[in-house]
Amino acid sequence: MLDDFLVRAALAGLGVALAAGPLGCLVVWRRMAYFGDATAHAAMLGVALALAFDVSIFAGVLVVSMLMATLVSTLSGRGFAMDTLLGVLAHSAIAFGLVAVSFLSGVRIDLMAYLFGDILAVSKGDLAIIWGGAALVLALLAWRWQALLTATLNPDLAQASGLDPRREQLVLTVALALVVAVAIKVVGSLLIAALMIIPAATARPLARTPEGMALTAAGIGAVSALGGLQGSLWFDTPTGPSMVCIAALLFLVTLLLDGLRRDLAQRRAGRTSG
Amino acid sequence: MSPLVRLTGASASLGAQEVLSGVDLRIDRGEIVTIVGPNGSGKSTLMRVIIGAVPLRQGRLEHAPGLRIGYVPQKLHIDPTLPMTVRRFLSLPRRVSDAAAAEALTHAGGAGLAGRQMSDLSGGQFQRVLLARALLNRPDLLILDEATQGLDQPGSAAFYRLIEQLRTELGCGVLMVSHELHVVMAASDRVICLNHHVCCEGAPEHVASAPEYRALFGTGTQGALALYRHQHDHHHDEGCSHGDHDHAHDHDHDADAPKTHSHEAR
Ligand SMILES: Nc1ncnc2c1ncn2[C@@H]1O[C@H](COP(=O)(O)OP(=O)(O)OP(=O)(O)O)[C@@H](O)[C@H]1O
Ligand SMILES: [Mg+2]
Repeated sequence: MLDDFLVRAALAGLGVALAAGPLGCLVVWRRMAYFGDATAHAAMLGVALALAFDVSIFAGVLVVSMLMATLVSTLSGRGFAMDTLLGVLAHSAIAFGLVAVSFLSGVRIDLMAYLFGDILAVSKGDLAIIWGGAALVLALLAWRWQALLTATLNPDLAQASGLDPRREQLVLTVALALVVAVAIKVVGSLLIAALMIIPAATARPLARTPEGMALTAAGIGAVSALGGLQGSLWFDTPTGPSMVCIAALLFLVTLLLDGLRRDLAQRRAGRTSG
Repeated sequence: MSPLVRLTGASASLGAQEVLSGVDLRIDRGEIVTIVGPNGSGKSTLMRVIIGAVPLRQGRLEHAPGLRIGYVPQKLHIDPTLPMTVRRFLSLPRRVSDAAAAEALTHAGGAGLAGRQMSDLSGGQFQRVLLARALLNRPDLLILDEATQGLDQPGSAAFYRLIEQLRTELGCGVLMVSHELHVVMAASDRVICLNHHVCCEGAPEHVASAPEYRALFGTGTQGALALYRHQHDHHHDEGCSHGDHDHAHDHDHDADAPKTHSHEAR
């Protein structure tokens, strides 16, 4: 079964989506969307270094993403003007990555594959890494969930309960770098953040509790991954971007439905009171 | 008896500004201590120092081993992207049973709110939920930063009765910040007047008569205070009668003595 490249692609997409959904919720709640972007864009630099030093892409991306995520989370604790700084960091990382790759003479690499992903070329080894990494991320989040939520809600509440908000921030940093490292093959450096943010944003109006939102986001991510794969086959479009397109469409649909629902509820309330 | 919390010579800065300097503070089990002081005098910062959220630049913070703190912050902003029911909020960070959650809500005057979204609560309801959360897990020390803000009059009165009752039932210490001076005077064992340093401290009637206190709160409060003082014995003559900052150091000389204000009272 795993010999079929489509099956491998579907499983790879599912693995990334399941981990990216819940993590994306935390990223959204903490207003760290920019943070996801910078970390994901740093992946390009990781690719260049991995090729230069002849180590696995996964390892190169993991290390550089981790460094970037740590740098950003340290700076954000210091009260820098973050949006500007992150704009600088995110884009320089990707620019330096692309320039570094061009220096690697001899290796003809397909840049597009790293920028937008190449899910149809996922090997069995890649699949093992993707599912291993995703499982690790989910285990980490499940283990720290209560503490992560409390620290997200308010760092002082966490501190008063004997938790260390900085430690939870570190857990998040590690999880983020892991997701970026496993997702680069699937959606590529430019769209990883989209796979975290869009399902989470889509899940928001559908959920009443944080857990509900995390599970819904995972589900929406999974549907987007499979739908995007199917769509890319039908219309012969690039797979990674197709997945993000499906997620964006789902976002639009829930947004409209939620607006409609509110409108109806308001009218009904108006009728009973008036 | 070892104190729940002891601060010694604590100084702390936020940004470039020194917010607290040389603060000594001790809270024992079963006592109600209230911090009063003008806006921006460092009251909330002092609370955050005590829970360990603001690092000390100088001095020492000691907690009793295994100290459990129930904390009500002055402000709590919940991001609109985070869905959160009251019931779920009460289970952070430790899961509690439905029965315990309902009991805490009832205690805090928020019965029936469990199923609501936090973002849909009124200011007073929100405050009651915060208080309910602080009561869970049998805290040794309640830290309440203007916990009665937004409560209606009966709610506020019930709140102070509840604090009194909890102190008796749980034997917990209570440290609170309040601007409701007349209530504070009646509800506290000990009052600390803070303006970046400890201006004066002691039993309520003692603090109310201190010139530092009057200098900070002006004559507008004297009606309520005069009324209060007429109903109580008072000893003006100790401690805070100096007109300048020196008296803060006066307290340092007898490191254990200032706290005797409250012990005397019992
Ligand atoms: N995060 C912060 N960064 C920098 N300065 C701060 C910060 N929080 C508070 N401050 C400053 O520290 C001082 C003390 O603030 P704090 O919140 O402790 O006052 P407060 O006594 O609780 O006032 P209020 O009665 O208004 O609640 C103020 O001058 C305030 O401007
Ligand atoms: Mg305050």
